[in-house]
Amino acid sequence: MRVINLSTTSDASFIEQVKKESGQDPAECYQCGNCTAGCPYTEFFDYPVSMIMRLIQAGQKDTVLNSKAIWLCATCETCTTRCPCEVDVAHVMDTLRNIAYREGRYTEKDIKTFYEAFLTSLKNNGRIYELGILMGYKAKTLHLLADADLGPNVLVKRLIHFQPNKIEGRDEVQRIFKRFAEKRDNEKRDNQKRDHHG
Amino acid sequence: MKVGVFICHCGNNIAGTVDVARVAEETRKIPGVAYAINYMYTCSEPGQDQIKDAIKKYDLDRIVVAACSPRMHELTFRRTVEKAGLNRYYFEMANIREHCSWIGEDRELNTNKAMEAVRAAVAKVMQDKPLYSSSFAVNKRVLVIGGGVAGMQAALDCADGGHEVVLVEKSPSVGGMMARLDKTFPTIDCSICILGPKMVDVAQHDLIKLYAYSEVEEVKGYVGNYQIKIRKKATYVDWTKCTGCGECMEKCPSKDAYDSFNFGVAPTKAINIPFPQAIPKKAKIDPTYCRQFTKGKCGVCAKICPTKAINYEMEDEIVTEEVGAIVVASGYGLLDIEKMGEYGGGRYPDVITAIQYERLLNASGPTSGHIVRPSDHEEPKTVVFVSCCGSRDKSIGVPYCSNFCCMYIAKQAILTKDHMPDSQSYVFYMDIRSPGKGYDEFTRRAQEEYGTKYIRGRVSRIFPKGKKMVVRGADTLLGTTVEIEADLVVLANAVTAAPGAPQLAEKLHISYDTNAFYVESHPKLRPVETNTSGVFLAGCAQGPKDIPASVGQGSAAAAKVLSMLSKDFLENDPAIAQVNQNACVGCLKCVKTCPFQAIVEEELRGGKVVAKVIQTVCAGCGVCTSTCPCGAIQLQHFTDNQLLAEVNALCLS
Amino acid sequence: MADKDYAYYPGCSLEGTGSAYDASIRLVMQALGVEVKEPHDWSCCGSTPAHAVDHLLAGALAARNLVLVQKMGLKGVSAPCPSCFSALKTAHYRMAKSKAFKDEVNELLDVPYEGTVDVRSTLQFIYENIGVEEVARPVKLALPNMKVAPYYGCILNRPPEIAQFDDPENPVSMDNLISAVGVEVVDYAFKMECCGAAFGVPRKDMVNKLTHKVLSMAIEAGANCIAVACPLCQQNLDLRQAQVNAAMGSSFNIPVLYFSQIMGLTYGFTPKELGIDKGVVDPGNLIETGPIVPKEVEKPKKTKAAAKEAS
Repeated sequence: MRVINLSTTSDASFIEQVKKESGQDPAECYQCGNCTAGCPYTEFFDYPVSMIMRLIQAGQKDTVLNSKAIWLCATCETCTTRCPCEVDVAHVMDTLRNIAYREGRYTEKDIKTFYEAFLTSLKNNGRIYELGILMGYKAKTLHLLADADLGPNVLVKRLIHFQPNKIEGRDEVQRIFKRFAEKRDNEKRDNQKRDHHG
Repeated sequence: MKVGVFICHCGNNIAGTVDVARVAEETRKIPGVAYAINYMYTCSEPGQDQIKDAIKKYDLDRIVVAACSPRMHELTFRRTVEKAGLNRYYFEMANIREHCSWIGEDRELNTNKAMEAVRAAVAKVMQDKPLYSSSFAVNKRVLVIGGGVAGMQAALDCADGGHEVVLVEKSPSVGGMMARLDKTFPTIDCSICILGPKMVDVAQHDLIKLYAYSEVEEVKGYVGNYQIKIRKKATYVDWTKCTGCGECMEKCPSKDAYDSFNFGVAPTKAINIPFPQAIPKKAKIDPTYCRQFTKGKCGVCAKICPTKAINYEMEDEIVTEEVGAIVVASGYGLLDIEKMGEYGGGRYPDVITAIQYERLLNASGPTSGHIVRPSDHEEPKTVVFVSCCGSRDKSIGVPYCSNFCCMYIAKQAILTKDHMPDSQSYVFYMDIRSPGKGYDEFTRRAQEEYGTKYIRGRVSRIFPKGKKMVVRGADTLLGTTVEIEADLVVLANAVTAAPGAPQLAEKLHISYDTNAFYVESHPKLRPVETNTSGVFLAGCAQGPKDIPASVGQGSAAAAKVLSMLSKDFLENDPAIAQVNQNACVGCLKCVKTCPFQAIVEEELRGGKVVAKVIQTVCAGCGVCTSTCPCGAIQLQHFTDNQLLAEVNALCLS
Repeated sequence: MADKDYAYYPGCSLEGTGSAYDASIRLVMQALGVEVKEPHDWSCCGSTPAHAVDHLLAGALAARNLVLVQKMGLKGVSAPCPSCFSALKTAHYRMAKSKAFKDEVNELLDVPYEGTVDVRSTLQFIYENIGVEEVARPVKLALPNMKVAPYYGCILNRPPEIAQFDDPENPVSMDNLISAVGVEVVDYAFKMECCGAAFGVPRKDMVNKLTHKVLSMAIEAGANCIAVACPLCQQNLDLRQAQVNAAMGSSFNIPVLYFSQIMGLTYGFTPKELGIDKGVVDPGNLIETGPIVPKEVEKPKKTKAAAKEAS
């Protein structure tokens, strides 16, 4: 087992960042384990949810942001619904994923690629084009046969369109993406400047 | 007028962030101040002697102490000045600790604020008038509300001390929760065997008057002189005739009544005696199930009763009792487990509460002490106990620890193994809280000797799978989810305030906290007193606690009552409202607003109507003074002039 | 009676894999006399990928659609897909809760969202704004062979603070709607256990395991059909049932219908109209309709017991 030196590795600014971005106070978690107990994904996680909460409390930024768990969480909200301390745990997990994404840490690359394929389709068309996402995903991950077994059913039952359904307000949606990217870029630049001066 | 001012360091509590020497120096410049000094601990004996000496030496006639809160030491210093020959109301306290040093870190600002507080207190003390208490006779009878173990202990101790006790119990028998328990931790004593003799003592004590199945309806009066209205709820059985033979219960055809003594583990008859050791051992009809009430015909019990005690026409009766002191031991309630939807309580029969399990373990319970699952009456082999079911759970409004669940769960796990040697018990826990004498050893025994498996983690979900109940929880020490297929699940549901606790508190003019537990006068030093003089607390009404703590509080409350009743007369606080009859216009707004019904209407000779304050009832709260449109009613020691003098001093500084 | 004048936001899935859900809802609404008002030129809500990547982006993508409803001057909007519902409602909730977040989101939009739109799932809209009594009215036919296990999925009523609908542990709304149209419902414990959600593509292993649990619990409870209110649940339980069988060694063959398809069958619409043929697992004779048999009025338990004693 890894020995953690809490004097040197506890990152207080990370705890603060999670607190600020999620609006949830990690200190309110008393480690009862209810989130882990109810989580349908515990068996797939490298760190169960309650341990992610504990790692945040201990300021273990890298372990948390490089974990698979934050990508495998499906935001099913069971943890949030049952938390006796009223911590919105699912929102904390989501926030961690946001931070990890921003920092370019993608421990579950396929999931990240799938999300990006989805958002690309959304950006291009204004709506989601299921076949397009699947194709985009396959091209990026090289999982060329993913869900090919479903093909016959999907085709015969005409469950999927072959043409994207583009909306009139595509440009409006694209402006959302553009303004969003600008905002995050500016923030990043400001942060770098501050770090530089600091 | 010569004012003496004593500025206390309170060790570093005040001197740490207030320049006390400078406060003393500045105080000496205030007109009227003849003497001012700072001292390490003014409340100490030499500190008090210093005040007494200064009064004599400098001929001081008014004293100000700048120190802690008056709640802490006002009485101490009033006695000091009185001993030195001054009226005790020629004294003021300036709170420079809680209001200054403890709340700010800036020495300069703190010092300035302390000087302002002293200036205001000096201005006030110069306006103070001498006040004198009057005394009134004390009724030496005692009311105890609640006949659980705490209330019974208080009643017995007061009665043994020679005072008549009126004991009011809401349910048909005394005994409370303890009467329902099978065994007690950590000694595995039979609960009813040790409680039974106390219950009999209560019944047989010449000085205890028991009102069972009764509730306090109204409380009037004040310390030493209370008038209590008690509602004796209709039992439909004349208890002066009932011998408790139980024949009615045997023959009653209505078998589906809810058994509140057994917490619904099994149904009971519509006419019933709650349990074999009940005190009083009398029958009572539950009209929601009795056919005579639901269908208008039956009458079996009336026919069968050998003493003709049945009376279907009985109505509630109100009786009045006069007492001088009140002990509130009204007990606790339990969280409705349906609030924990994920545990399926109320939906799945094999998910039960710990108190229900206690009745299953109990030899005089509905199953004669055989542990069976409610669903199919089979003996469970795997029993899972879930602690903190609702406790320490902000999300359902129970942020506190229920205090004794950890211990009774260990006890129930041990008893489970005793009853069924081939069974296996599991306990889900967050922390094992066992700080009492012999308690931790007991929880270790449950694990080491009785093989109970303790799992550190909360349970998230309980659901049925075939005949089993799947308990899904976390084992945070293993770091993963665990599942147990149980035959029976026992929930340690949270202890809550008793139903109706706030309503009773309002009748008694005592305060309750956000969880509806009653608030003691001081958490450390006045644990059984309330802020309403003459009303004392015992047992779980004040907060969750186990049997020894409840018994201890029962005796402590009784000791407080006995010390109070050792006096034939009590002195009232003269800092109460007073009406200036010349200024009063008789609008009587004060009569309406007084929360203590301490103001009455009085007709003077000549027909003028004015307000009149009953001295012994007035609690000195001051609501009337702010209501009075013409300033005719004034709170002594807090008159408009006195308060304005303080405000002036603050504005001028 | 609550307001029925709500917009209807179908969402992208209902144009593709979930088209049968859309078709059946439109027919049910028609039978119930409720006009379906679709916001013109709505865009994707952002769904899981948006909030997984960034909360602000997710808020803006959802809020654009709330602005469309705002422009229509309607009190609220209903969304049949729980993922859309959750995205729209969460955006609304977080903007209402935090002025800073609201301002940030509105900076990304052409037209700001004022925070006035009531967001509901279409299930909630039918259950609360139309009501079980109204729902029972158009029933013409019975489905005597069907025993339905309603499957709610995770986010229709969670987290309760945001969803504000039904019980977060033991929901009953879909049960009650299906009972109201005269179809038998079975109770089981996995009404809300996650089926694997959007991980069907990138992490099929997870979906297989989770879906397997849900299917087996429903079948164990005696159900021969599962009702869903979510296109993704439908996809995982139905379209992927063969994958589940292959991965887990099971041989499930249980049809998965939208609750609205079941309602539509009792209203007399044909399986084809309702898109039931688009399901992969063949419902066979379960969807055979019959005449309505008047139900025996259940006597309250107490009277029953009393009657037994009297005899």
